[in-house]
Amino acid sequence: MTRPRTLYEKIWDAHVVEQRPDGTCLIFIDRHLVHEVTSPQAFAGLRASGRTVRRPDLTLAVPDHNLPTTARRDAAGNRLPIADPESAAQLAALEKNAPEYGIRYIDAVAPEQGIVHVVGPEQGFSLPGTTIVCGDSHTACHGGIGALAFGIGTSEVEHVLATQTLLLQPAKTMEVRVEGDVGPGVSAKDIILHITGVIGAAGGTGHVIEYTGSAIRGLSIEGRLTVSNMAIEGGARAGLIAPDDVTFAYLKGRPYAPKGADWEAAVAYWRSLATDPGASYDKTVVIDAADIAPSVTWGTSPEDVVPITGIVPDPASFADPSKQAAAAKSLAYMGLEPGTRMQDVAIENIFIGSCTNSRIEDMRAAAAVIKGRKKADNVRWAIVVPGSGLVKAQAEAEGLDRIFIDAGLEWREPGCSACLAMNPDKVPAGERCASTSNRNFVGRQGPGSRTHLVSPAMAAAAAVTGKLTDVRELMA
Amino acid sequence: MTPLEKVEGRAIPLGLKNVDTDVIIPAHWLKTTSREGMGRGAYESLRAAPDNLFDRPENKGAPILIAGDNFGCGSSREHAAWALGDLGIRVVIAPSYSDIFSGNAVKNGILPVVLPQAAVDRLIEVAATDPIHVDLDTQTVTTPFQDRFTFEIDPFRKMCLLGGLDEISLTEKSGGAIDAYEAKLAAERPWLQPALTE
Repeated sequence: MTRPRTLYEKIWDAHVVEQRPDGTCLIFIDRHLVHEVTSPQAFAGLRASGRTVRRPDLTLAVPDHNLPTTARRDAAGNRLPIADPESAAQLAALEKNAPEYGIRYIDAVAPEQGIVHVVGPEQGFSLPGTTIVCGDSHTACHGGIGALAFGIGTSEVEHVLATQTLLLQPAKTMEVRVEGDVGPGVSAKDIILHITGVIGAAGGTGHVIEYTGSAIRGLSIEGRLTVSNMAIEGGARAGLIAPDDVTFAYLKGRPYAPKGADWEAAVAYWRSLATDPGASYDKTVVIDAADIAPSVTWGTSPEDVVPITGIVPDPASFADPSKQAAAAKSLAYMGLEPGTRMQDVAIENIFIGSCTNSRIEDMRAAAAVIKGRKKADNVRWAIVVPGSGLVKAQAEAEGLDRIFIDAGLEWREPGCSACLAMNPDKVPAGERCASTSNRNFVGRQGPGSRTHLVSPAMAAAAAVTGKLTDVRELMA
Repeated sequence: MTPLEKVEGRAIPLGLKNVDTDVIIPAHWLKTTSREGMGRGAYESLRAAPDNLFDRPENKGAPILIAGDNFGCGSSREHAAWALGDLGIRVVIAPSYSDIFSGNAVKNGILPVVLPQAAVDRLIEVAATDPIHVDLDTQTVTTPFQDRFTFEIDPFRKMCLLGGLDEISLTEKSGGAIDAYEAKLAAERPWLQPALTE
């Protein structure tokens, strides 16, 4: 009888190629996702050293960060050029590097193009029990289908391209158990914002977080991807949710997923991965789902979370002196006074999108709130950016695009968009954005931009009222 | 990678908790296909302020940075490590780091020293006027005032930093083990091979 193991330990053990005497392990990587921003220097490194890509068949490249989300073709169907020469050069580098090294490449105008973390699961390229890496910290996202997935730097991108492995130290394990039922208007995004507020931005450092409990099991795959996506905002390089029938139903029939007898063998293997009874985690945090309200951030760290019914905290209310200093700095940047009701904060910009919240359910949740309503006059800019061409097509088939457009919101092409200010979608200095993305860092959405992280339904509510709003009041 | 053993010099006393990678290097500086010149964009928002720590004449070329908890949190962008390296920084001292940043730092010959907050506070005090000495071999940080702090570091990282080692070359020595793993995988879990079917 072997020792009871956690989901993380089972995936780790299955991927050890070799263990060094100092404890560092050579870990095999099953899937490598590549985008245009963090890969050019890695390909240049391969070229300089005369190395090749060991397993192009396990690698998939797609552009997302730099792409403008406006039309990509003119009325005659011709490709429109990328106006920014630096973005154009970076996109061109990926378009050249991928085929040169025999890597599958999804073109910017392909129907299945999208944000790399939306595309992976959607194509069935990301699978449970696999190791998945990408030069992007939100690779944690794929943990939502039970993959050990984490972001890597460009040197590691080069290392994986050359060897299909990484040299890693095993992580510690942390369980975040969310038990019970969430109330109406509370989404997966509110769950992960609440968790980040509880554990803090460094709460999971050195750990892989497994999300467990009935509130997590009750989530759709879209919701699980949202939760795991933001594991990194709690400091954990990877999140994990045990694969189950919901996962298998989501993946079955996807283009790259196993088929026929292979599918049956795969499901049997995936079922064996769940954490064994009696296995222990290094750390456990238990959260009552009933305590989770629609949530919003007030500061410049994703741990700065309050319920929408709450107020901007007084920096003096924090016990830790370094947190007091950070909170005071955050409030000055955000232009907020302690004691202000979150619901009194006016919003000029709305961003519904990003690898956290751009899947079909997110589009549906936002549209349900927007339907029959209009964008508030003080909302200057409101964009809805589906996570992939397939999400876009599905939303359009359901008429969701019309709901957004009729309300005065813009319906865009897929990409990372206003999550990170690398493409034309930016929030101007001094203005606020109710954003479904993952980071409220200083300057994240553009120099001087002020970000309030919320769920898609909450962003939609802010769009129609022009201020941060408790979506439950619009649901009655 | 340039080997690192001993570093002595000015330390920039940044302090601050949760300094994220967007603060270290904003995304618009990532629109490049090179690793060079990232220092120009380093700490852009902080350096917009007059008399900021980074542009004070005495801190120019300082090889050490002292920061607060969770330094380098956020994005996986290695550009953050390249930016620090381009400023001339070889050592960061903080109570904790994000996992991805500390890995990226080591791969670029930058030593992330972990010390308790009290030690970090003391070093910030010293850095206002005096140099700090870091010795990776003995795992110590010392000051001209007889302060002596020891730190822990993963032995593999220490070996890579001391030797200026390239991890890819190291891993290539395990080519046979990777071949064997792949053969075993193909036999045990053949369904893992992605085959595109419409």
